[in-house]
Amino acid sequence: MPAHPKLAAAFIKDKDRAHWHDQSLWFVRSKRDKAVNQLPEWELLREQASKIKSYVVSHLPDLLEEFEKNAKAKGVHVHWARNATEHNEIVHGILKQHEVTRVVKSKSMLTEECHLNPYLERHGIEIVDTDLGEWIVQLQDKPPSHIVMPAIHIKKEEIGELFHEKLGTEKGATDPQYLTEAARQHLRQKFVGAEAGITGVNFAIAETGGFVVCTNEGNADLGTSLNKLHIACMGIEKLIPRANDLSVFLRLLARSATGQPITTYSSHFHGPAPGAELHIVLLDNGRSEISGSDEFRRSLNCIRCAACMNTCPVYRRSGGYSYNNTVPGPIGSILGPAKDAKEHASLPFACSLCGSCTDVCPVKIDLHHQLLTWRKEIRVRGLLPYSKRLSMKLMSWMMQAPSLYRFAGKCARSIVPHLPRFLLYNRFNAWGKQRELPDFPKQSFREWMKKNHDDK
Amino acid sequence: MTTSRDEILNQLRSQSVPKTELPDLSAPELTQQWISYEDPTEQFANMLTSVGGVCARIKNVEEVNQKLAEIPAYQASKKICSQITNCGQSNVEISNITDPHDFEDIDFAILPGEFAVAENGAVWITNDGGPARTLYFLSQHVALLVPAAEVVNNMHAAYERLSFETPRFGTFMSGPSKTADIEQSLVIGAHGARSLTVFLVEEPF
Repeated sequence: MPAHPKLAAAFIKDKDRAHWHDQSLWFVRSKRDKAVNQLPEWELLREQASKIKSYVVSHLPDLLEEFEKNAKAKGVHVHWARNATEHNEIVHGILKQHEVTRVVKSKSMLTEECHLNPYLERHGIEIVDTDLGEWIVQLQDKPPSHIVMPAIHIKKEEIGELFHEKLGTEKGATDPQYLTEAARQHLRQKFVGAEAGITGVNFAIAETGGFVVCTNEGNADLGTSLNKLHIACMGIEKLIPRANDLSVFLRLLARSATGQPITTYSSHFHGPAPGAELHIVLLDNGRSEISGSDEFRRSLNCIRCAACMNTCPVYRRSGGYSYNNTVPGPIGSILGPAKDAKEHASLPFACSLCGSCTDVCPVKIDLHHQLLTWRKEIRVRGLLPYSKRLSMKLMSWMMQAPSLYRFAGKCARSIVPHLPRFLLYNRFNAWGKQRELPDFPKQSFREWMKKNHDDK
Repeated sequence: MTTSRDEILNQLRSQSVPKTELPDLSAPELTQQWISYEDPTEQFANMLTSVGGVCARIKNVEEVNQKLAEIPAYQASKKICSQITNCGQSNVEISNITDPHDFEDIDFAILPGEFAVAENGAVWITNDGGPARTLYFLSQHVALLVPAAEVVNNMHAAYERLSFETPRFGTFMSGPSKTADIEQSLVIGAHGARSLTVFLVEEPF
């Protein structure tokens, strides 16, 4: 699997596009700031959200049982899946039992995590992503590059071309209004023809056995109000104890995500409609393991608002695909290695430790601290690439020998400024790829002290 | 045989996670801090406008009918559905419909909302499980009638009013359906309603 720097390098080759991507996300971050500044109690809300989520993680098994009991009492079928395979089998099993072949799905990163679409397609089921952005990437046969705005990396000219090819829209059309209307018309047919709707879950309430799904387009509601079968897929960390806790989270979620005061639709599902069936699939897939880790437990607080990616200087400039993980950005760089440290070993290093993610996180995850901890962990587990290991070893050896350190410094100061560029800037110097070395001083600080202080 | 359920619960219980406390959201030191507005109705109207909706303060259903007649989308509507007595020129009888697909070509729906939230322009709506639930999302245009006295300041006040003991569907609806998935350009009318008008009605309806 290519590491982050390699994938990022491919993205930033197109400088204009990288700049445009950066600006698009910064625009969203600015909208978030504007919305947040209208609420004097913002910090208080973040604190409550963080406390509620910590409580959830520390009482997860009890809350899951409470949720199951209350959901069942309202006529909901509750399923448990240890991993992606079990999750997909359960969903397929329900669809098969109802002889369903056409399904619409609203945005769910969990089903992306499980690769549900290809699984169902292999079993002869048509599954259509109905969030406009997610549908665009589905038409491209690609995963989302951002968890809230899946097609944030695609230009309207490319979407126009894609729609022209797949939907027969006018060639060269780029007007978002026109393209969205074309998608509306096309997807209406899918909504009307679907025999089942799959949704994700933003929050599930232990106390009531219900859950909440948030969208701006209304696609989750259209997908579930026209047919008789609704399957909701959720990670076990999505629980909250009380319905009242939603007052905190719904105030935080959309403001953090897009700068809206609330999503257009925040739908509360409690039991199936008469004559319909409602299924909930609870997925673990490594989450229970994270709950046992003192260092990384708080990453389970995440409500998937994506504020951390919108603000991240690395994400904005390297694009979602450079992370090669369902969830990219700062939170993805914590969750990725937790799932498979070897596969995602480069992610905790895709970070300048600026801490902006931690500042904007609505549930107060200490993101940049966890990323730093992951770097140590990656080293301890022997997963650092050879180049990093070797240079750190050399550095450590030199730092422990003062005379050697002094000698090396002296040599560097006298030799490096006279070296030809090709010796300095080559493939062995990763640091110098996009950076110029600073001017070397004539003397070290130690020498300066000796001359100007000690000798006087 | 251990089930996946037991395995997940056992795995969670085998972790030693320090127990933390749940905050009391009804504590005065919190509730005193939640935002409130001098004129919640005005705040609601402003927020609704900012999310692409239209708000009108109206005396009674008769006046709603007058206002509706002025809306171009309403004038152009062929099929109209109303859940409010004597409101709108309804030509589709909701009680006759058992399959929500029959609402597919509804142009304009006039529906009840329970209360409005000033901080975010949202209206709380519920549905008893009948096929009319889809009208909120499937209709090309939606108008909601909400009692003018039922405007709360913020989401905390909203949840104080809500209980989820019996199975039913409910949603906060804030403005018309929208998307910005193509280059962050806001487009109103993604999949759901292309327009949302909220009438805050003073007299009972």
